[in-house]
Amino acid sequence: MKAFYKILPWFFLGLFATEIVVVMLPKPDGELHARDFGRLPVLLNGRIQPFDSVARNALLQIRSTGDVPLEEVPSWKFWHHPKKLSSTDWLLETFFKPEVADTRPTFLIHHPELISELKLGDKGVEKSGLRYYTFEELGPVLGEIGAQSRKAGEIEDAQRTTYQKQVLKLGNAVVLYQRLKNSLQPTETHNFAGLIAEYQAALPAGLAAFRAQQAGGTVDQDALRKFAGLAQQFDALANMAYPLVIPPADPATDRQGWLNVGTSLIGAIQGRPIHPAVGHYAQMAEAYAHGNAAEFNRAVAEYQAWLAPQFAKEVGKGSSEYYFNRIKIFLHATIIYIFAFVLAGGALLTYGVSPNLSESLRRSAYYLIALAFVVHTFGLIYRMVLEGRPPVTNLYSSAIFIGWGACGLGLVLERVYKVGLGSAVAALAGFVTLLIAHNLALGGDTMEMMRAVLDTNFWLATHVVVVTLGYASTFVAGTLAMAYVILGLFTPLLAAQVGKAGSATKLGQALGKMVYAIVCFAALFSFTGTVLGGIWADQSWGRFWGWDPKENGALLIVIWNVLILHARWGKLVADRGLMNLALFGNIVTAWSWFGVNMLGIGLHAYGFMDAAFKWLMLFNGSQVALIVLGCLPLTLWKSFQTPPAPSSGGQKISPVPAV
Amino acid sequence: MLDRLYKFFTSLRLTVVLLAVGLILVFWGTIAQVNVGLYKAQNEFFRSFFIFWSPAGSSFRLPIFPGGYLVGGLLLINLFSAHLRYYQPGKKKWGIVLIHLGVVLLLLGQLLTDVLSTESMMHLRNGETKNYSEASMAYELAIVDTTDPTRDQVVAIPSPLLTQGGDVTHADLPFTVRVKTFHGNSSLTEKPAEGYTEVKVTAGVGSGIWWRALPHVTKMDERDMPSGIVELLTPQASFGTYLVSGFLSHPQEFKHNGRTYQLALRPTRYYKPFNLHLVEFKHDRYAGTDIPKNFSSRVRLRQPDTGEDREVLIYMNNPLRYAGETFYQASFDKDDQGTVLQVVHNPSWLTPYFACVMVAAGMVLQFMTHLVRFASKRKSA
Repeated sequence: MKAFYKILPWFFLGLFATEIVVVMLPKPDGELHARDFGRLPVLLNGRIQPFDSVARNALLQIRSTGDVPLEEVPSWKFWHHPKKLSSTDWLLETFFKPEVADTRPTFLIHHPELISELKLGDKGVEKSGLRYYTFEELGPVLGEIGAQSRKAGEIEDAQRTTYQKQVLKLGNAVVLYQRLKNSLQPTETHNFAGLIAEYQAALPAGLAAFRAQQAGGTVDQDALRKFAGLAQQFDALANMAYPLVIPPADPATDRQGWLNVGTSLIGAIQGRPIHPAVGHYAQMAEAYAHGNAAEFNRAVAEYQAWLAPQFAKEVGKGSSEYYFNRIKIFLHATIIYIFAFVLAGGALLTYGVSPNLSESLRRSAYYLIALAFVVHTFGLIYRMVLEGRPPVTNLYSSAIFIGWGACGLGLVLERVYKVGLGSAVAALAGFVTLLIAHNLALGGDTMEMMRAVLDTNFWLATHVVVVTLGYASTFVAGTLAMAYVILGLFTPLLAAQVGKAGSATKLGQALGKMVYAIVCFAALFSFTGTVLGGIWADQSWGRFWGWDPKENGALLIVIWNVLILHARWGKLVADRGLMNLALFGNIVTAWSWFGVNMLGIGLHAYGFMDAAFKWLMLFNGSQVALIVLGCLPLTLWKSFQTPPAPSSGGQKISPVPAV
Repeated sequence: MLDRLYKFFTSLRLTVVLLAVGLILVFWGTIAQVNVGLYKAQNEFFRSFFIFWSPAGSSFRLPIFPGGYLVGGLLLINLFSAHLRYYQPGKKKWGIVLIHLGVVLLLLGQLLTDVLSTESMMHLRNGETKNYSEASMAYELAIVDTTDPTRDQVVAIPSPLLTQGGDVTHADLPFTVRVKTFHGNSSLTEKPAEGYTEVKVTAGVGSGIWWRALPHVTKMDERDMPSGIVELLTPQASFGTYLVSGFLSHPQEFKHNGRTYQLALRPTRYYKPFNLHLVEFKHDRYAGTDIPKNFSSRVRLRQPDTGEDREVLIYMNNPLRYAGETFYQASFDKDDQGTVLQVVHNPSWLTPYFACVMVAAGMVLQFMTHLVRFASKRKSA
């Protein structure tokens, strides 16, 4: 049995480490080299990214998922992997077989009022209460969606009703989808290469006829009509296209001058040669539409070979970001966090019953958290390298970073106080923040370019990082306080002796020390971060402090942490009071992190988010409830009752008088 | 009694209470910005001793909560006196003292900034030169003697005086300015409309215009547009009532005793001994998007007194500091052909920097003493 307890942690670590390694190993492409296509670099949102990122972010905005399942499997059948289109597969269809893409359940509508307004109740597929519709199904109501979303668009963001927001979102999704369909070739085209050849042939005569018309001479009407028809089609393409897929003709002078297919074709009128990439894409289109995998692979390979010498950097960026998209590193970190949390919880609950099992579980959780932390760090650094930025650039990355910081702190706590609490906090923080990050990613590209004033790596690396660490540590203190109240009220654990014999203290006191230390840490970071922010503001806006909502949010955290410290120093609170104050710190921090953005005002505003608002309120409510519980008289606390809970067989738990 | 007062002001309990009050104040002041705007919320909550509440429809003001100055001031007193009371020499508390002194400096610096700093705007079109900046809120009634073609002589009446109404005289003015009506915010129209009354003037461009008074705006990106009617008169006679308004883009000209004057209600101007000429404003975007990458203004700075003449590039996070003033890239014209620079005169701008260094040094010192104590304890154990 002893051997089993010893091996168990290593077993878990090995299991999950193997999973991560398997995920990170290179995967072979299918018969059709969709992955190679997915890696090709394009320019969108001002940055070079692979087609796969275009596809993934578009899908997240349209469908709130990163891929398209082709069959619906109930959630509880988790072992059954439904067949699905990967993001790149879906994009290929949308580009080159739009009539097939139109039959995929791509559009998510979850607002019941909107569904009934559009009379879509009997259509679409349902999964876990959400309804997905194909573009075909939306066809009859497209006009209605367009009109309604235009109307909603005219209303100020903060004034919109949920219905208006949803219809606007749907309208944007439809537009995005249609733009994607018209990105590489006109949707209705079945022979794009032929069309281009026709255009090239019609160009000289057409241009001559056009000039003749301008000059008032005799005009070859046929030639003019043919040429104008094609030019109009390409002009529409130029206006609709979403990503810029044609690399700059002269990268030595202008590396940013990417174009879309339409613009490149129209450029021929001004005598510019049609870019070779257009031909490559036309070949891919042709081969894909005819299901000719060999031909498609050849076309992609030829284009890659053409790109390689001049655009090595862009090609490299494309494939490294593709890899990052594919391995979904944060998803795997989340899975490990959940599992580690269960193990850490198990360790705490079995503490009195079976110390050996408890220690084995605690160790397992600790190892897994360490693994998850490594994985999390890998993802964080990979993103930083991809972006060429410090870790926090937007709300999404702040969630990732807060989770990372909290997890690191939890690990340190676990190393010092070996009771499983540090692991539990690390796991919970990691899991929750990555979940928040996942939901924030639904807004679109998470690696967007930094707006002018934020375009400074120095301040992003100092002010933003330090202030975010302040958020993270305040949350860690609050999470420990949650553990204190829950364990204290419902278990006898706070009275348990922890640590080595001789220097052993009660768990409750140990928690008090932990929270105090972390609040010191949080005060230090939030103060330094806030002051650095003031200096940045002085450098860029001319005032150190402007009472802007985000600044005030940071100030609230500073005030609260300083208040906790002074209350403790002045002996106005003991352990339990400290915990209640730390719990309120969660509310203050959550408000500064998210609530401020919901005000929709000020220089730092990111826009209103209602779904998040609901969750924020729920979170705040839960913290208030915990504070109320924390204020209950100690006689009701299981940890402070005499005699001790009868079930405790563990020799470590000793009876303690009420505190 | 004194003893109890002393104990009260030096207690940590007071610190905690003040911090809690500060927390509520900051939170409340932030939420209030949604309705009353940043500027007004700042004045009501943070630059005040009390927050006042008036029952609907009455002018009676009831103080209901301490404002920023009161909380900050009490915290300062508390900080100082607590240190006097608890400070024991040789106790190695230098770190703590330094941290708190830094915080004191920070608070005092902000107070100084509030009192001493002025902010104004300089709007320049490409190729334009100016030797003044303009207030973003306040207006003045400028009476400019333009008789001498080489030199304008300006008398400016600030808007608080206009709001008061009555007669305004000035040594440089050979006539009196009588403010007959003045609206802090207003709207003008050229046709009769509901709620508008006809402007009654005897001179200038005012006739044929209807106007109405409006409440002050609170949104950050809007500003009040004042209008008023003034009469210009000498003890002997009146020589005209004029409409003056922020809406009128050109000054109105009149002659008096052979001299030519211009009359304009315009944003308060701050003249400088140097001038700035906008060579070029640039608005860079990321490729293929409308996301701004950078805003920059290339300006030529000329100081006639010293003969200084140089080009400066002002861009995001990189202001121009010159002659006690700082010029920031703040905004731009919609057609990308002009720039708006924020001009800040703040003699105490360095205090936060000093405060930071003090607090940081204090924290390091405190941390080191802890570390040393911890290490020596371990050794002796």
